[in-house]
Amino acid sequence: MSRRSRRRLRQAGWNAVGLAVFVVMVFPVFWMISTAFKSNDQIVALKPVWFPLHPTLQHFTDAIHRPYFWRDVLNSMIVVGITVAISIVVAFLAAIALARYRFTLREVFVVLIIGIQMLPQAGLIIPLYVVLARYHQVNALSGLIVTYMTFVLPFCVWTLRGFLIGIPKDLEEAAMVDGSTRLGVFMKILLPLMGPGLVATSVFAFITTWNEYIFARVLLNDQSKQTITVWLSYFLGTSRNTDWGALMAASTLTAIPVVLFFIAVQRRIQFGLTAGAVRG
Amino acid sequence: MHGTSTPAPAAETTFHRSRRRRRFWARSARSAVPYGLIVPVVVVIALILGYPLYWLAKLSTQRYGLFELIQHHGSSVGFANYRSILHDSVFWHTLLRTVVFTAVNVTATMVLGLLIALLLVRVSTPVRLVLSSGLVLVWSMPVVVAVQVFYWMTNFQNGVVNYLLTQLHVGNFEQHDWYASTFSQLSLVTVLIVWGALPFVAITLFAGLAQVPRDLVEAAEVDGARPWGVFRDITVPILRPILLILTSLSIIWDFGVFTQPYLLIGQSKIHTGNYLMSVYLFEEGYFKADFGRGAAISILMLLIVAALSVVYVRRMVRIGVAQ
Repeated sequence: MSRRSRRRLRQAGWNAVGLAVFVVMVFPVFWMISTAFKSNDQIVALKPVWFPLHPTLQHFTDAIHRPYFWRDVLNSMIVVGITVAISIVVAFLAAIALARYRFTLREVFVVLIIGIQMLPQAGLIIPLYVVLARYHQVNALSGLIVTYMTFVLPFCVWTLRGFLIGIPKDLEEAAMVDGSTRLGVFMKILLPLMGPGLVATSVFAFITTWNEYIFARVLLNDQSKQTITVWLSYFLGTSRNTDWGALMAASTLTAIPVVLFFIAVQRRIQFGLTAGAVRG
Repeated sequence: MHGTSTPAPAAETTFHRSRRRRRFWARSARSAVPYGLIVPVVVVIALILGYPLYWLAKLSTQRYGLFELIQHHGSSVGFANYRSILHDSVFWHTLLRTVVFTAVNVTATMVLGLLIALLLVRVSTPVRLVLSSGLVLVWSMPVVVAVQVFYWMTNFQNGVVNYLLTQLHVGNFEQHDWYASTFSQLSLVTVLIVWGALPFVAITLFAGLAQVPRDLVEAAEVDGARPWGVFRDITVPILRPILLILTSLSIIWDFGVFTQPYLLIGQSKIHTGNYLMSVYLFEEGYFKADFGRGAAISILMLLIVAALSVVYVRRMVRIGVAQ
């Protein structure tokens, strides 16, 4: 065999391994979508049906007509919307302080921002539950929003700081020399340039909040007050005959907004993370 | 900034003094700006994290159950909660199980993640695109959704995993119940966690591999270095900072993992024999409404995680301070 064809064979081998890894990794996602579109006979068939040739939307209809589906989707949207909106504004200010100013307590603040993100969430359910119960905020969306802010805020500060560092200081300094005020510089230069960074950070904050499970599970007991992840986790219930089709349809519906948003911003955040890791 | 002014004649001293004073105020106003900017974040964190943490410390020295929760008042018991936990074999067994579980998960995640990253370098461009899109898709799956899908795939009656393993002649897995033993349950949880964590690790490492200089590798190969030698002496040293950060992050995350074991094993099948730290804390503290004891467990757990985080936090802080 010539050297060239041997190399081509080896390349084909690597490609085959690459596709095999792809199949194994993506299979659960494929299986979720495939099951969601199958008829009940096909779902419980002893020999699995790989592709639903006659797809049905019945399971999606069943899923969204289950009690509290729309109520809990709405709850999730309220919690996510308010948490992200407040966090991003407040965090942006702190990110400017970190990226553009040197001050005595800066190091302490950095430790705080990074340290909080490392706290295991389970370790905080008890004090948060007890404190929020004292102020009658258990079983209220407001209590959950406040709780989420503790984690979303430091994340936003840190990520926005990364984006701010990427914007050269010279632009702002030039505008200052030209007689712009600090506020003017902020409105006319920093804000437009930070647009993509603010969007990417908001989307990531949206995803972590939408996906959060343990705090929502602990702090919201009423079925009409739950978020969509908790709703989905209770789907199985206790019955032995699970409606797998509807469960997979509901799972698909829960995942769709996250997947779409995630794919849209993944590259930006990934770059930030890598840049951070390498810079050390 | 203006330079320091030259000594002024006596007549002008008052003028200078007032100007100096003005400059002093202007300067303090400027140095107050960053503090003003961080005040909102600090206030929010102090209120919704600091205050509960103070309560956590207080609760851990109290008897605080449902009755006390309604009364809003606990009775002090000193260090009895801590004593009871540290004398409880369930705590020590859970801790040991969690340490082993974490070690297995982190090792599997890092080794497989690195292999996939190296594979991404080797495959041709179209395959790389397909594989990395697949990884991003998996990365984006919400944990609760992933749990439900894994539960469905491993269902003993018509789970596709049993069918595939039987067809591939791995053994007879017809009607095999994956949730029958603790080992099997935790293995499934491991597969779920590693599957979910691989994309992040693989893609981050792949991005890091792009920084390995091509000519350096080629020069080494011309000098007769074998692939393993290139990997050990060139690739690994360049990847080291990323590997360190990813490993510490994985350790911290896997040690405190809750949603995957709690939901996949299922509340009804959770018992003292398959507890992981977070599940133990949830069951003993929240579910049994023994908040005082739960608070003491929380503090012990927070201390362990703080110790585990030291490497990561120090590194990130150095980046943050140096920018």
